[in-house]
Amino acid sequence: MPQSRNQAFTMNRRRAVGVLGAAAGITCAGLLPGRAAATPAEADALMKTLTGAAAPSEGKVKLHLPQIAENGATVLMKVTVDSPMTANDYVKVVHVVAEGNPLPAVASFHFTPKSGKAEVSTRIRLGKTQNVHAVAIMSNGTVWHTKEEVKVTAGGC
Amino acid sequence: MATANAKIRVPEKAKKGEIVEIKTAITHDMESGQRKDSSDKPIPRRIINKFLCTYNGAEVFRMDMQPAVSANPFISFFVLATETGKIEMTWFDDNGETYTSAAQITVE
Repeated sequence: MPQSRNQAFTMNRRRAVGVLGAAAGITCAGLLPGRAAATPAEADALMKTLTGAAAPSEGKVKLHLPQIAENGATVLMKVTVDSPMTANDYVKVVHVVAEGNPLPAVASFHFTPKSGKAEVSTRIRLGKTQNVHAVAIMSNGTVWHTKEEVKVTAGGC
Repeated sequence: MATANAKIRVPEKAKKGEIVEIKTAITHDMESGQRKDSSDKPIPRRIINKFLCTYNGAEVFRMDMQPAVSANPFISFFVLATETGKIEMTWFDDNGETYTSAAQITVE
């Protein structure tokens, strides 16, 4: 009967798709051999080393990230900091840390008063669903922190 | 990997005191060092680890990159237009190579 044959074909195709998916999963895990994902504690420790002794306050710095990232290999990220960017009051540096990546450090952006405004966009890799943190260090030594959760559909490994 | 091909977009003209956007992209694998090849050998890390923008020789913006920056890194940032001159970008590769691209800006 042609119909049942058709059904059988569909079933096979579904199974095949499932197997492929599983295989892709294995390959993905195999691609990250050296290290599993970092822990939030490791990310915190890294942020402490980056910011030094100053305790971060919440606010001023903002991370613009998608709530859901379909492809973890390229996630568009925009960082903005509320600052007048004058010679006496500007953002020195913003560090971005991804707590669920094999290596939590992502990038550091160094601004100057000549930047005009503290805003930068780039594309980053995220290994899995996780919090992304940003810490901004101002010219007067104050430190500001924020975090954003990103749900990652396919890890960027 | 083919030679890195850098593209930059800098406005030709700006008013004094205007904040202008600069967009840059460069072709680069940004090999993270976390991957293995088909024979299970780790692929060595090779990324662009630093990007620098200068305006008439003075540093305006700098970015330190880790393997978590995507392949073919794209960066968009801002510069305060103060004087007519040259805006120059430099990318620093792990293997010691540097790639540069520059543009002229006229400030009125």
